[in-house]
Amino acid sequence: MESEVQNKAPRTHYINARYGLKSWLFTIDHKRIALLYLASITFFFFLGGLFAVLIRLELLTPKGDLVQAETYNRFFTMHGVVMVFFFLIPAIPATLGNFLIPLMIGARDLAFPRLNLLSWYIYVVGAVFTLIAIVGGGVDTGWTFYTPYSTTYSNGNVLLTGIGIFITGFSSILTGLNFIVTIHTMRAPGLSWFRLPLFVWSHYATSLIMVLGTPVIAITILLLAFERIAHVGIFDPKLGGDPVLFQHLFWFYSHPAVYIMVLPAMGVISELVANMTRKNIFGYKFVALASIAIAIFGFLVWGHHMFVSTQSVYAGMIFSILSYAVAIPSAVKTFNWTATLYKGSISYNTPMLYAFGFIGFFIIGGMTGLFLAALGLDIHVHDTYFVVAHFHYIMVGGTIMGYLGGLHYWWPKISGRMYPEGWARFAALVIFVGFNLTFFPQFLLGYQGMPRRYYAYPDEFQVLNVMSSAGASILGVGYLIPMVYLFWSMRYGPKAGSNPWGAFGLEWRTSSPPPTENFKVTPVVTWEAYEFSPVEETEVIDISTP
Amino acid sequence: MADTHTATPYGLAHHFDDVEQQREAGTLGMWAFLITEIMFFGGLFLAYILYRSTFPDDFAAASAHLDWKLGGTNTGVLICSSLTMAMAVYHSQTGNKKWLIICLLLTMILGAAFLGIKAYEYHDKYVSHLIPGFDFHWTGHGSPKHVEMFYYLYFVMTGIHALHMIIGLGIMTVITVMARRGRFTPEYYAPIEISGLYWHFVDIVWIFLFPLLYLLGAHIHH
Amino acid sequence: MQVSVPFAPDQASTYSGEVDALYGFLWALTIGVGAVLTILIIYFAVKYRRRTEDEIPKAVEGSLKLEVVWTVIPFFIAMGIFTWGASIYYKRYSPPSEALDVYVVAKQWMWKFQHLDGQREINELHIPVGRKIKLTMTTEDVIHSLFVPAFRLKMDVVPGKYSSIWFQPTEAGRYHLFCAEYCGTSHSGMIGWIDVMEPSEYQSWLSGGSGEALAASGEKLFQQLGCVTCHRSDGQGRGPILEGLFGKEAALQGGQKVTADEAYVRESILNPKAKVVEGYQPIMPTFQGLVTEEQLLQLVAYVKSIGKTQTGTNPAGASPSPPNKMGAAAVPTGPPQTGRSGGAEAKKPR
Repeated sequence: MESEVQNKAPRTHYINARYGLKSWLFTIDHKRIALLYLASITFFFFLGGLFAVLIRLELLTPKGDLVQAETYNRFFTMHGVVMVFFFLIPAIPATLGNFLIPLMIGARDLAFPRLNLLSWYIYVVGAVFTLIAIVGGGVDTGWTFYTPYSTTYSNGNVLLTGIGIFITGFSSILTGLNFIVTIHTMRAPGLSWFRLPLFVWSHYATSLIMVLGTPVIAITILLLAFERIAHVGIFDPKLGGDPVLFQHLFWFYSHPAVYIMVLPAMGVISELVANMTRKNIFGYKFVALASIAIAIFGFLVWGHHMFVSTQSVYAGMIFSILSYAVAIPSAVKTFNWTATLYKGSISYNTPMLYAFGFIGFFIIGGMTGLFLAALGLDIHVHDTYFVVAHFHYIMVGGTIMGYLGGLHYWWPKISGRMYPEGWARFAALVIFVGFNLTFFPQFLLGYQGMPRRYYAYPDEFQVLNVMSSAGASILGVGYLIPMVYLFWSMRYGPKAGSNPWGAFGLEWRTSSPPPTENFKVTPVVTWEAYEFSPVEETEVIDISTP
Repeated sequence: MADTHTATPYGLAHHFDDVEQQREAGTLGMWAFLITEIMFFGGLFLAYILYRSTFPDDFAAASAHLDWKLGGTNTGVLICSSLTMAMAVYHSQTGNKKWLIICLLLTMILGAAFLGIKAYEYHDKYVSHLIPGFDFHWTGHGSPKHVEMFYYLYFVMTGIHALHMIIGLGIMTVITVMARRGRFTPEYYAPIEISGLYWHFVDIVWIFLFPLLYLLGAHIHH
Repeated sequence: MQVSVPFAPDQASTYSGEVDALYGFLWALTIGVGAVLTILIIYFAVKYRRRTEDEIPKAVEGSLKLEVVWTVIPFFIAMGIFTWGASIYYKRYSPPSEALDVYVVAKQWMWKFQHLDGQREINELHIPVGRKIKLTMTTEDVIHSLFVPAFRLKMDVVPGKYSSIWFQPTEAGRYHLFCAEYCGTSHSGMIGWIDVMEPSEYQSWLSGGSGEALAASGEKLFQQLGCVTCHRSDGQGRGPILEGLFGKEAALQGGQKVTADEAYVRESILNPKAKVVEGYQPIMPTFQGLVTEEQLLQLVAYVKSIGKTQTGTNPAGASPSPPNKMGAAAVPTGPPQTGRSGGAEAKKPR
């Protein structure tokens, strides 16, 4: 493969280096694997989105009239399962992370390319199990699988879904492991830790969580499965167990999992803000270490999901205070991004619009986290739409804005083509408006007292629900537009140079799309992170640029 | 890919700069994997310790019914297998192919012996109706419900451990075949070293399982 | 503190105002922080917009001073919010002793309430305004969560244990009661009403009710199940005397002590060997499966009702119970009890 690249025309790159389905399904090139992931998660994003549409349609009216209650319960469960485990967790790491980390650190591939491919296959196998569960009638436990409902009472496909999530977890573990080893051992000469792009830092922190947290959800699901099959176990009080133990184990992973989703997005935003203002991130080291701090503190706050679960009042206080501790590094990041704008050269390109959107949503999402961590207030808003709104501001407003911003920013690198700027800005605006209209009313709805996972609701909640559903229809359209024009641009978009943004970073010093081996010679890094200098002075390492 | 480079050192994959980097990556990768394993078993240990302290008497009564002699023998067997594994790594470094293969085979025999004894113990539990959820029957001291929970945790923990042993035996088989074909050199022995790490880890898990399940307060009433 | 915020449900308990005040403050803070950052971002974005395609701005070094400022100030603000939130929370879990007891059993998909005077209600609870009410709750099947938005009140109801919560309604009226923890198909149908009545109306509602008092039902069960043969009030039984026990500390075998609260009485009936009172044999059989959750609550109510009488020698210690932290001493996971086997009920005192 490599010798071909070296001998043939300069236009040979990772996409056209080989043809045929086999060349994709058996590839060990991290860039191709990233595209395999991109296709898979896009499928699941729209599948999860379809469930969201059905949910919002049902909630247009107070009475349950579109579907049966049981069907509705399956909708929101499948929406959660699909979005969390099959879209949000792999969204940025497995696609952008997979594609960019070797490029950003000047490596030819991840440390374990075969493992990388294996992790995609594991993801697919897990996905197939879950899809069979969906097609076979779905599951109605909520994505949280609380016992004893999930072990004894639910008549959905709990087992199949659980197996799907269990399997997919290993894909996440392998990705994290691969990133950790790659970042430790494969950095280009001269690329010391504090010269790394912040995208790499945030992925390092994410990987720590993947490696430390995912095994716990795996064993938890295994125990859940045994209990469901054999009616022996440790969660059902009828067996002498404690259902609250399940919640502890579940949230020990699932709270940090939120940081698996949002940390990579923060990494993307750091890249976007730095490169779209052409300035070093203000307080680079603080932003880098904040990622690690979030990863560590993130493991200590799971109990804030359980303030009314009969957990002891003192445990509640400790979890509350630690939750406030984890808010600080997030706040520090936001302040530093804002300060980076000062005296920068700020572009209004689409990626930057997404970055602005991210910061806005993250302020609201993060600040409402302070509401939920306040013990006395959480008693009222726990398990209401306030929580739903809060985590959608983080996961959708945060992660998906970061994901889309990153996808646009690196699209020229990935595809070799530019996307249509006008359409892209329009779509970003539609998403921004649609998102706020969908989820902001849910804060109010939650405080008014509407519990989550309600198929029908009292009349007084209708106005806000209609607003939310209206917003969702705008949001849905907003997500479809990029899908269409990105596909279109793969063929018809104008060709992109190796560095269309005048951006900084090793990935912009090789051609677009990069050759299979990324760099013809191993780059030697002699500059600090985001040390911008005029483009003509930037040494292009790969001279095979078209 | 890697094979097309004539100047590439033996065993070096295409994307690494040198053998040293590759070895470092492999070792770090295995350590990271072992950390995930610790977290995986950690969830089980947590559940076990929690319920052990909630139902101390019932768990002790159930534990007393386990055969600590068989468990102890198995502990010895695994410690020996760790020794032979360490010797295998040593012989691979010195390039002694014959002893490398002997040590690997010994390791596998000991591993298989462990599984044999474990299977015998499982069979014994089956005969005495101590398989949870499967005609479980307990007449001894303590609440049957909690004894059943003990055996449930016992089977899950030792079962997952045995699964790791079986996977380890599979890895050892591959390594032994590779060694027989002369695939390792004193410069390239990382696969043996990394498999050794895995083997030692699985042994260490047992070193924790044995006292927790078989010994801890087990014989107080007898 | 009475603050009213838009889109808030009725304020009908003593918690409502407190929670709304914190909520209002947090929105003010959110809007404040959000506005400052938004204005800064817009100002910078306009002022420092890219003017030429290849311009490279001068690098600005970070500032340690600023980093410290925007780490420390948010930290103190966060700790302030923590203290505020925790103080509201803590108060809720220190139940007052004079509260009116109501027992709650949840099941898919209804709420069953039992009053001390014997009235039973489904999906509707009548309480007097101004009185402190304590709910002791459990469920027959899955986890539910009792949620009354107007009271800013929520507590999970977990199978296998009692959870409790107290509140004091301040406004008469009819308020929604929701199940907040997803519990299956008709989760959203598990809705009821709380009727807060003027004391006089409440009295007439009470007198209109039928059925015997909860403790009386419990006493009947106590006879039927044969509890009375061992737990004799004259101290001659094989089990400890239950009169005067409730709310006190009982000394267990192995030197531990336990407060005889609802959770302990429940545990002692279902799993008698878990905590045996000092001086008794662990001979009591389990009543698991023999009594329903509702009957259990009747037994608890009975034991509680005789808790104030001081008959015979009190086998348990006599210190009044400390505030029950979170109304949910766990049956299975509670604090690790090193106290060895035994039931609260057992054989002869030596």
